[in-house]
Amino acid sequence: MKKMLLILLLGLIPMTGGAVEIEYWQYKYDARVKAVDLLIKKFEKQNPEINVKHVKFPYAQYRTKVAAAMAAQHGPDVLQLYYGWVSDYHSAGLLQPLTDKYITAKEVDEQFYPIVQSMKYDGVYYALPTAVRTVGLFWNKKLFKKAGLTHPPKTLDELVEMSKKLTKRDKHGNLTQAGFAVDVAKQYHHWWREVLIRQMGGEPYTNNYQQVNYNNEAGAKALEFLTDFIKTHKVTEPGFMDEGQAAFKSGRAAMYIDGLFRIPTFKKARRLDWSVAELPSHNGIKSNVSSYWVNAVTQKAKGEKRDAAEKFIAFLSSEEAMQVWIDIVGELPARTAAAQKKENVEHELYGPFIQGLGYAHSTQFKSEASQRQVLLNAFDRVILQGMPVKEALTQLADEEQKILNK
Amino acid sequence: MNTNTIASQSINKKYFSVAQKKAMWAWLFLAIPIIFFIVVRFYPTIDSFYISLTKWNIVQDKEFIGLENYIRLFSDPVFWVVLSNTFEYLILGMPISLVLSFTIAYNLDKFKFGHTFIRACYFIPYLTTAVAMAWVWRWFYQSAPIGLFNNILIELGLEQMMFLRSTEQALPSVLAPAIWAGLGFQILIFMAGLRSVPASYLEAAKIDGAGRWQVLKEITLPHLWPTIVFLVVISTIGFLRIFDQVYNMTLDGQGGPINSSRPLVLHIYQSAFADFEMGFAAAQTVVLFAILSIITFIQFKLMRRK
Repeated sequence: MKKMLLILLLGLIPMTGGAVEIEYWQYKYDARVKAVDLLIKKFEKQNPEINVKHVKFPYAQYRTKVAAAMAAQHGPDVLQLYYGWVSDYHSAGLLQPLTDKYITAKEVDEQFYPIVQSMKYDGVYYALPTAVRTVGLFWNKKLFKKAGLTHPPKTLDELVEMSKKLTKRDKHGNLTQAGFAVDVAKQYHHWWREVLIRQMGGEPYTNNYQQVNYNNEAGAKALEFLTDFIKTHKVTEPGFMDEGQAAFKSGRAAMYIDGLFRIPTFKKARRLDWSVAELPSHNGIKSNVSSYWVNAVTQKAKGEKRDAAEKFIAFLSSEEAMQVWIDIVGELPARTAAAQKKENVEHELYGPFIQGLGYAHSTQFKSEASQRQVLLNAFDRVILQGMPVKEALTQLADEEQKILNK
Repeated sequence: MNTNTIASQSINKKYFSVAQKKAMWAWLFLAIPIIFFIVVRFYPTIDSFYISLTKWNIVQDKEFIGLENYIRLFSDPVFWVVLSNTFEYLILGMPISLVLSFTIAYNLDKFKFGHTFIRACYFIPYLTTAVAMAWVWRWFYQSAPIGLFNNILIELGLEQMMFLRSTEQALPSVLAPAIWAGLGFQILIFMAGLRSVPASYLEAAKIDGAGRWQVLKEITLPHLWPTIVFLVVISTIGFLRIFDQVYNMTLDGQGGPINSSRPLVLHIYQSAFADFEMGFAAAQTVVLFAILSIITFIQFKLMRRK
């Protein structure tokens, strides 16, 4: 029965002279689909002997779908994965290393941003990104102008001062405009971990992200700084306008921190006059946080398919592909040279995010969702229950360490 | 009747009686749903008992760890919070919804004018997608300037309420639309029950001079007993499995703030599909299964007592 089906299926595929077909999986997001379709077209033109079949799934189910399919050995030849999942897949033996045939480890070491090196196991790369992303400070030009401010904040102190000036309340004291929207469920948990703690003189984790290291003066200062926007400065309120991005999009928040993938959302908002700035520095320390998706060859690709798969990944990590990606998807090139091109660095919106790449960190999460949740709880304990910052921090460190020890 | 059919009938008679043949046909028709239930219901249920004894993240192989998931579960303070939330949903939700729906059905039964229209009004929320409704309520609960409820409070000169952003108010806030949505169904069942109370009993009682309250207590409610038990069972299971409303109304579907509105089913979902700890999630489903079985068993025992 299976054989019959196979024959039937083979009959349906147009025969292009013994072509190799490889399957590629990613999640469904219009711009990403468009970019990959274009890249596949270019790749097939350069390599007429290879066909790439592009399969995509809704983002909400992607992780489950990939995990189930890979475990049942029904996966694709080339797979797009979130950087945080790679260690699981690698230790389960589901990925094949990239040989030096089309792109060498040395080339990656030298030409890509250093964050990519976490994809290297025993000196060999198992996955490579096309694009990387960082976070930045979105600011509403119109509201700044109204408040008599000319430029976005450059330091944390300026951020606090400006956010106070940008906050508005009605005669009953109800908040109508937030100076700075704080949304810990979104990128703010990254901001606290990798940026604020470092700026307060700390190091969030030690032992390759296995050990929490923020239950100290730096961590307390960072958590206090974050909660003070609500508690002391009163420039925003928990759940103001439901979500920070909604508040910013509707012109009711003057500043908001988020990833560069938020650019298309705000571009769609008419009458919203906005721009992006680098994250404010503190004590002369700049930091940022980066996350990215990678492509990897699965255990399924054998022989000429494996070769074709590696060739395809090398192409997806070429400068050419990266330019296509930033133009269509709006994510930053993972190669330094491609990112540092004049038109990208000077771009009003991408520029600040590219600056951030130079000093960005990538957290090695055990479980991003749980680790975020315990921070969210600590934040709520301080804000909603009035728990002292140090006590909330100790509890947080304890809870997160338990997750890391699992 | 020709000889052929007589012959075949006599052969059939030889092997199977009519009763046997009936049973055969019954089994044949039942086979399809039975196979379906075994493959997609019973097998996964039994399998989840096994998974609960393993450590499994889908990607790697299952690792047998005995009762470790259960030990971890019972020593996890969050699990006890979640469990007590689950029962809070039940203890608040079930009586409130039953009393409300009975009161509405009882009064609706008393008059004819606009009856169908009003009944439809109560039933429509039951037909609406839980997700869409949850989001509408989520917006109702927002703080000013966008939240409907808080804008009303401000108009009345009162202070804003935190609703979903408060550890005390989040659970009742999530529960309200869940009760509201289920009301239509319960009203409908109650009305069917009320119609089945024999009119002669009611008339006889009236002639004997029984008051409205007495009629309700002595005749209507005893006759409604099976209906009430049915609705208690159905709504108990419903409230113990509450998920859609919490997932869609709380920040990022976490059942917050600080787990204050998180029910067991959401905890299972997060363990399985956010943390990919399938064994731990399966252990929780086994606990939920046990709770549901015990409660349902007790309720059916009660139903037999008439």
